[in-house]
Amino acid sequence: MIGVAEVVLDVRDLRIYYRTLYGYVKAVDGVSFDIKRGEILGIAGESGCGKSTLGNGLILLKPPMKYMGGEAILDGKNIMALSPKELRKVRYGKISIIPQYAMDAMNPTKKIKQIIDDLLHEHGESFERKKDLIEERLEIVNLGKKVLNMYPIELSGGMKQRMVMVISTLMNPDVLIADEITSALDVSSQRSVIQMLYEMREKKIMGSLAFITHDLSVLYQIADKVMVLYAGRVAEISPMADIVQEPLHPYTKMLLSSLPKIGVRYSQTKLKGIPGYPPSLLNIGPGCRFRDRCPYAFEKCEQDPPVFDVDGRKVSCWLFERGDVN
Amino acid sequence: MTRKEFVHFFLKNKKVIFAICVYAGLIILALVGPYLSPYKDPLAFVGPGYQPPSKEHWLGTNTFGQDIFTQLVYGLRSSLFVGLLGGTLATVIGLLIGFVAGYKGGWFDEILMMFTNILMVIPTLALLIIIAAYLPYRGVFIESIIIGFTAWPWTARAVRAQTLSLKTREFVDLARITARKPMKIIFGEIMPNMMSYVFMVFILQFGGAILAATGLDFIGLGPTRGISLGIMMQQATLWNAIQLGMWWWAITPGAVITLMVATLYVMNAGLDEVFNPKLREM
Amino acid sequence: MSLLKVQNLTKEFPLGFFGKERLKAVDDVSFEIERSRIVSLIGESGSGKTTVGKLILKLIRPSSGQILVNGRDITQIKGKELREYYRKVQGVFQDPFSSFNPIYKIDRVLNMVFEEFFPDTPDSERKTRMEEVIASVGMNPREILGKYPHQLSGGQLQRILIARTLLLDVELLIADEIISMLDASTRVDILNLLGDLRERGMSVIFITHDLSLGYYISDETFIMYRGNIVEMGDTEKVFHNPIHPYTKMLLESVPEIDRKWDLSKRFVPELVSSSNAPCKYYDRCPIRDEKCLVQKPEMVEVEKNHKVLCLKAGD
Repeated sequence: MIGVAEVVLDVRDLRIYYRTLYGYVKAVDGVSFDIKRGEILGIAGESGCGKSTLGNGLILLKPPMKYMGGEAILDGKNIMALSPKELRKVRYGKISIIPQYAMDAMNPTKKIKQIIDDLLHEHGESFERKKDLIEERLEIVNLGKKVLNMYPIELSGGMKQRMVMVISTLMNPDVLIADEITSALDVSSQRSVIQMLYEMREKKIMGSLAFITHDLSVLYQIADKVMVLYAGRVAEISPMADIVQEPLHPYTKMLLSSLPKIGVRYSQTKLKGIPGYPPSLLNIGPGCRFRDRCPYAFEKCEQDPPVFDVDGRKVSCWLFERGDVN
Repeated sequence: MTRKEFVHFFLKNKKVIFAICVYAGLIILALVGPYLSPYKDPLAFVGPGYQPPSKEHWLGTNTFGQDIFTQLVYGLRSSLFVGLLGGTLATVIGLLIGFVAGYKGGWFDEILMMFTNILMVIPTLALLIIIAAYLPYRGVFIESIIIGFTAWPWTARAVRAQTLSLKTREFVDLARITARKPMKIIFGEIMPNMMSYVFMVFILQFGGAILAATGLDFIGLGPTRGISLGIMMQQATLWNAIQLGMWWWAITPGAVITLMVATLYVMNAGLDEVFNPKLREM
Repeated sequence: MSLLKVQNLTKEFPLGFFGKERLKAVDDVSFEIERSRIVSLIGESGSGKTTVGKLILKLIRPSSGQILVNGRDITQIKGKELREYYRKVQGVFQDPFSSFNPIYKIDRVLNMVFEEFFPDTPDSERKTRMEEVIASVGMNPREILGKYPHQLSGGQLQRILIARTLLLDVELLIADEIISMLDASTRVDILNLLGDLRERGMSVIFITHDLSLGYYISDETFIMYRGNIVEMGDTEKVFHNPIHPYTKMLLESVPEIDRKWDLSKRFVPELVSSSNAPCKYYDRCPIRDEKCLVQKPEMVEVEKNHKVLCLKAGD
């Protein structure tokens, strides 16, 4: 994907908070990134980093989620500020999500065929008209036609996930957001889902993909670019290969070195995790959110670090103030 | 939810506040009313009959010359008593059977549920009528007991369902591998997690007991001596209070019972909002 | 005499409307575990690995077979003997937030152990012991004791559950997917903790679906597929010389940070099982032949401490 590819989704300084009894939980606090046409962006992070809030917030803001500022520009419009009616037109066709527990969200009393038909009706289409397309897609994900006449309960976890992928991409969305779609799957189902995403992009069934997960090794298989989130903010945005070879942000570095892989044994190399845990985002104050766990923290970290540009990569860490690799 | 959150939402909920105020009023009336009233015996003939509300008789008198207000406050006592005793009994029996059937499973469950289902299918009022008709002497106490012993089936089923679901949680497994005995697990781990449900069940049973007692009283199978709101209603109907235009007698007991039971449902609706964050308006 | 010996362990569950069909969640499983060993029980969903854990913890009863701990058959014990059993064999489960009753402080989980096993211990001594075990799992007791589960992180809660087992004299710990719900950055620390336990003499059955975790910490590995152990042996041997086609497929499918998959080749996952071959892997097996349709596979030793359940293992 070289050359100046067109940007399909441009998110700038997006802030989404949760309103609670005790104040605001600053779940997404000034996140900026863009996705180019045909690109697969991995959104990685651990619990509390805001990745799910981000993914779901771009599609549907449900209370107690509150849009506090910034923009998400899709097709020239800020989708965060659209009215529900306008948003419905944009959703599914231009931007679509495969939510985290989608496999369990299918109505158990309806056959798959009916579920698809209901969904298409909402968007002015029908099952009959899209029948050939549906069968074609089913073939890509290795599901036979007879699945259409089954009930969700008859399918295994992996099969349901693949079914959901077909349903979410029927309208060929420009941007597809996948929220932890592999986390609940077995290793073999996970592999086939990744492979399907790859094929869908190759066949242009899917435009761009924002793949939310906590698993960097899964992203390594398919993502072009990775955005690492920590405690509601961007830690680092880099091309996939760079992040693995040479992680910039201390969080990314420590995270990568804590991942066991085949070839590493306890008896030879004792790996270390990151001590401590992420800060509470309730009414959180200024400063780098990783500083309590960071071995390189210094006085400047008490102020919010801006996002620095380092050879086309983005890092939010005071160590990179002078724009070079420390 | 934490205790602090519970208290906060509890006190903020309009329905709950309303219900608490109404019941506080009713309880005070039941406790203090008999002392306020100039007449000490609700069944005494204290004045001319057919009197509308006046200074001597705050709610008038009935056909026989008994003071309606005195009858009301004593009757209220009896209704609240039935609600409390009958309701508590039904709740406790329902809980015990539901817990044991849900937790132990197997044959225990089969037999207890068979018994529960049979009792559920028999029309309660018919059962109560039969039992009450055979009793030589009936008092409010006995009435509460028989109501309590027949009202528990639906509670047992619901509690069993919740227990079955909670049983699969890992903290129950943890208690088991700590060599904890089943009864201790039920009351220590499972029941505390259902407290909101237990609370609401009790409120419904309270209301149900009052209604059941009223039903029995109305058809003449209530306490053989004494007064209750149901008995007042029965007499008002038998002696044509409405046709005679004695609204102070005809309407009062029914209105109070309606108020009592309706308020309980309002309380439950409010509690539902307190316990379920999705129903709350934030 | 081994610490744990499992012989022909089977657990069936009735299926279908009248319970006529039976699902063999655990099908004739046999293995042995020595002291101071960590054994990974690796499998995907439906493999039976969690059921094996629950059978050893006596949370469910086996349909047939024997479980021998220190030479004694524990399948039928109850009452006081069961309590003694739990002094030696304990478990930690997958979801830390589900393992703690949310309405009580975390101390209760530790207190319960005293109540059931050491009821005569005075409060002051209980407090000291609790502080000791919390510290030995790498946490500061003052930050942990007295808190509610929702105030702590998943990693902290799992450590508390491990600390709980240190109050007893546990020889065998069943760790059922204990880190799958934790953040990646804390997983390795909990694994290291299991390594410490091993050094103290405890054995651990580490149930997981994540092969890289198994490789990191365990001495031996058992690979399970639909109720059977299909390959078992020294971890290095199983991982570097996998024989069973399923093991090979698993190793191929693990996403690794330094190895990219060839995504242009279509990968076929599970199929709805159609044949009734005696080998459960028949429908997906790339090396099957006619004898696999009629003969039941048996465990074959391919090298020292490395066995495979496959008719073609000797080839």
